[in-house]
Amino acid sequence: MNKYLERLYNGIIKENPTFVLMLGMCPTLAVTTCAISGLQMGLTTTAVLIMSNFLISLLRNVIPDKIRIPAYIVVVATLVTVVELLLEAYLYTVFETLGLYIPLIVVNCIILGRAESYASKNTPVLSAFDGIGMGIGFTFGLTTIGLVRELLGAGTVFNFQVIPEAIDPIKIFVQPAGAFFVLALLTMLQNVFKLKSATNVEKSEKDKLACGGNCMECHGYQCIANKEVLTEKKDN
Amino acid sequence: MEYIGILIVSALVSNVVLSQFLGLCPFLGVSKKVETATGMGAAVLFVITVSSLVTSLLYTFVLEKLNLGYLKTIVFILVIAALVQFVEMVLKKSMLSLYQALGVYLPLITTNCAVLGVALTNVQNGYDPIKSVLNGVGISLGFLIAIVILAGIRERNEYNDIPKALKGSPIVLITAGLMALAFAGFAGLA
Repeated sequence: MNKYLERLYNGIIKENPTFVLMLGMCPTLAVTTCAISGLQMGLTTTAVLIMSNFLISLLRNVIPDKIRIPAYIVVVATLVTVVELLLEAYLYTVFETLGLYIPLIVVNCIILGRAESYASKNTPVLSAFDGIGMGIGFTFGLTTIGLVRELLGAGTVFNFQVIPEAIDPIKIFVQPAGAFFVLALLTMLQNVFKLKSATNVEKSEKDKLACGGNCMECHGYQCIANKEVLTEKKDN
Repeated sequence: MEYIGILIVSALVSNVVLSQFLGLCPFLGVSKKVETATGMGAAVLFVITVSSLVTSLLYTFVLEKLNLGYLKTIVFILVIAALVQFVEMVLKKSMLSLYQALGVYLPLITTNCAVLGVALTNVQNGYDPIKSVLNGVGISLGFLIAIVILAGIRERNEYNDIPKALKGSPIVLITAGLMALAFAGFAGLA
């Protein structure tokens, strides 16, 4: 397969950020009360991701290794500010619905994760394609989750009434609690069908670490859980 | 009275994890044992309180004065990252016992979106530095309460007979969902 198409396939299906890598869970749960806002959030993140991957890849030989993370954060924060100002100027409804979650794209682990694990090692064009793939994958994930929640919680699909109004929708699904339930359902399906995902790593004796020992994708927060496993191992 | 209102709303009514979905990573990742959950909660309380004071002072007296409000995202994230490092060094030098209790959790907090989230909400709501600190304290208390409760439930769940399909993260997410339902009951307090 063409290496550019391979990047797209990788982002959308093989390493889908929502369904397989389980990254960026905060926006995934927060803005998916309906399909449209999921789509908007996904596209905004995609825009930032493509540009940040491209820029970071261009700068990969300039940025000193020791301060690469702060440097990436500055690049990403600048891009997010640009996108935020553009949305405020030209797409005010999107700016209003997403609100606080636009600046919070800075700390979305997909962006820094791709910068660290892909863009810092590959050519600009390939990295941009990686960004496109990952972005579409993320948008697809958010829109799907939003669609499920909107259908169950409001009986509509993209604001069109699908379930007759006589049937009461399960309102809980558009409330915060519903987000957790939908995600629980999703991870349950992954468990049942033994699909490959970050929450469903085969736990052999070798990698009993909570994250599956995937240090490349680690952003730090798992190390507490790992520390527990390691001390237990030492005690045995 | 207004100050108490801010505290209650930010801690219970719009709980940071259960209704705002900020700081989900540590909420789900570090809630296996009550002990570690308390440590994480305390560290978050400490960092958010300090960072909301610093970012709010910086915004009111520097960024706003120079008409640079639009730079807030960039400035805040850098200040928070530097602040966490600085706090870690100060604690290590001067308060060793506190450092030993919170030390391991501190570096993890830079990537916690709740910290940046609080700093930005303070600006959005137009809080002065005192209200910002109170809002920070409230939000991190809410985080502490939520993560400790979840850890308590997870400790009990550990030896329960859970259906095979729900083992692992599904049951944790369902627990969190039920907690979110319970916390929705606080909406009447606002």
